[in-house]
Amino acid sequence: MLLAIDTATGIVGAALHDGERVRAEVVHHDVRRHGELLAPAIQEALREAGIPAAELTAVVCGVGPGPFTGLRVGVVTALTLAHGLGLPTPQGICSLDALAHQVMGTHEGELLVATDARRREVYWAHYAVGPTDARRIAGPGVCADADLAEQLRTLPTVGRGAELYPDAFSGVALPDVRDVRPGALAELAVRLRAGDHPDAETALLPPEPLYLRRPDAVEMRR
Amino acid sequence: MDEPLVLGIETSCDETGVGLVRGETLLFDAIASSVEEHARFGGVVPEVASRAHLEAMVPTIERACREAGVRLADVDAVSVTAGPGLAGALLVGVAAAKALSLGLGVPLYGVNHLAAHVAVDVVEHGPLPEPTMGLLVSGGHSNLLLVPDVTHDIRSLGATIDDAAGEAFDKVARVLGLPFPGGPHIDRAAREGDQVAIDFPRGLTSGRDMERHRFDYSFSGLKTAVARWVQAREADGEPVPVADVAASFQEAVVDVLTRKAVLACSEHGVDDLLIGGGVAANSRLRALAQERCDRAGIRLRVPRPGLCTDNGAMVAALGAQMVTRGRDASRLDLPADSSQPVEQVRS
Ligand SMILES: Nc1ncnc2c1ncn2[C@@H]1O[C@H](COP(=O)(O)OP(=O)(O)O)[C@@H](O)[C@H]1O
Ligand SMILES: [Mg+2]
Repeated sequence: MLLAIDTATGIVGAALHDGERVRAEVVHHDVRRHGELLAPAIQEALREAGIPAAELTAVVCGVGPGPFTGLRVGVVTALTLAHGLGLPTPQGICSLDALAHQVMGTHEGELLVATDARRREVYWAHYAVGPTDARRIAGPGVCADADLAEQLRTLPTVGRGAELYPDAFSGVALPDVRDVRPGALAELAVRLRAGDHPDAETALLPPEPLYLRRPDAVEMRR
Repeated sequence: MDEPLVLGIETSCDETGVGLVRGETLLFDAIASSVEEHARFGGVVPEVASRAHLEAMVPTIERACREAGVRLADVDAVSVTAGPGLAGALLVGVAAAKALSLGLGVPLYGVNHLAAHVAVDVVEHGPLPEPTMGLLVSGGHSNLLLVPDVTHDIRSLGATIDDAAGEAFDKVARVLGLPFPGGPHIDRAAREGDQVAIDFPRGLTSGRDMERHRFDYSFSGLKTAVARWVQAREADGEPVPVADVAASFQEAVVDVLTRKAVLACSEHGVDDLLIGGGVAANSRLRALAQERCDRAGIRLRVPRPGLCTDNGAMVAALGAQMVTRGRDASRLDLPADSSQPVEQVRS
């Protein structure tokens, strides 16, 4: 039984996947209270599926990019829970990959994922979406909306970036794909882990946040 | 029944601490510090601290268990600093503690950092007399606390109205060109100096202040006075007598700290004073506190320096007291509270 959690976008949540299907998914739409909401969401998902925590066999987490504070809550929860249960170290997945995975079935062709990076910037990645998989071509990166290449900004777009900066993004905003659903992350994780995805070799990452930015701090003059 | 085995997690500032305490016995205290990463910035950078906590969390838990010779599965409860502290840093510890509590199926106690600084002395010098007077002096705090019951009832008598004592040490060290954190360097430099060489101000000790701010502290005026004094010397082209400045500054700090702490004990009829926090490592503070406590018939307790600075053992020690006294556990949705009031011992 695989537990997937993501805290990189506007959803805090957890999903359980038994290898065949998503058995439970609990989500909260909140970008400020990850620390409060995540653990109860995991507990609720376990209860919904009727599974004790001890029956988990793997943990995966979205590693962003996303606002740092929430991102760390997800990653440290995954790491510590797996350690407490004696499970292997969790695997990370780029959260933007999960968003691209969510458009499958409704969109084919190129896709831009752009999410809120605060400070008037977006996190972005560029995908080629086929009938059975979405493959990252470029990114993830972080930049101001207007600094993103013209040919990317005109692509069909998912994530909250386009609605935050409508002037910069002229492509079609695909509806209903704004935040990472942990259930989608779980499905993607199961396929990657099974080798059932062309990027299986590269898309599973170490469980470390993709910060993409260095901490703001000024070194002291001596 | 066996005494409870409690794992405590501390991440309120720049130390990732994981302690294991059984009842009133410390099994192991594991610490990973990011202090070196902050040194080049001249102070703690919250984002740097938060990143370091995340990286250090599981390795520090692992090390604590290995060195203590216990398995995580044997842990009876998890406790964690819920506040006060740096918001982003606290969150890492709180999330980790929740994950452990959830995974192990054991209760979670979100506790107050200041209360934990007091409770830690249980593993060093045995049960706390009730009440105990607590003087907490660190980089972030300077508090006088009346503690009838460390698991439940803590009353604030006074606190700094501006800089914390350790902060004053760090800022004055910077003025004197000493490295960060400055406390230990001032302590060392002061040994060669004359503590009455310069008459620096004692904050909030005048007649009127003793009415309105009887047990409060203020160190920012002192820091400014030191900076002015040093600048004037430099302007005159004279060398700065670092040892004398350090000794006189340190004397001004510890004089006020101990004077008010002893006064608080006598006025509240408390026979035991406990000093905690990083500044409690200061050799002159220890000596003067001992001298004044002896004279006033007060017993002085100071944990060893490693338990005075932030650590996980103190959080585990308080958690174990809570389990033993049958206090209610926290809920899994407990928030980290960067400005948690000291009266709120458990979240
Ligand atoms: N010997 C000492 N004399 C005075 N101050 C000291 C001494 N040792 C450490 N300190 C001070 O203690 C503080 C660190 O203590 P700690 O409890 O870790 O504080 P915090 O976590 O609130 O920053 C620093 O400000 C440091 O300068
Ligand atoms: Mg402290």
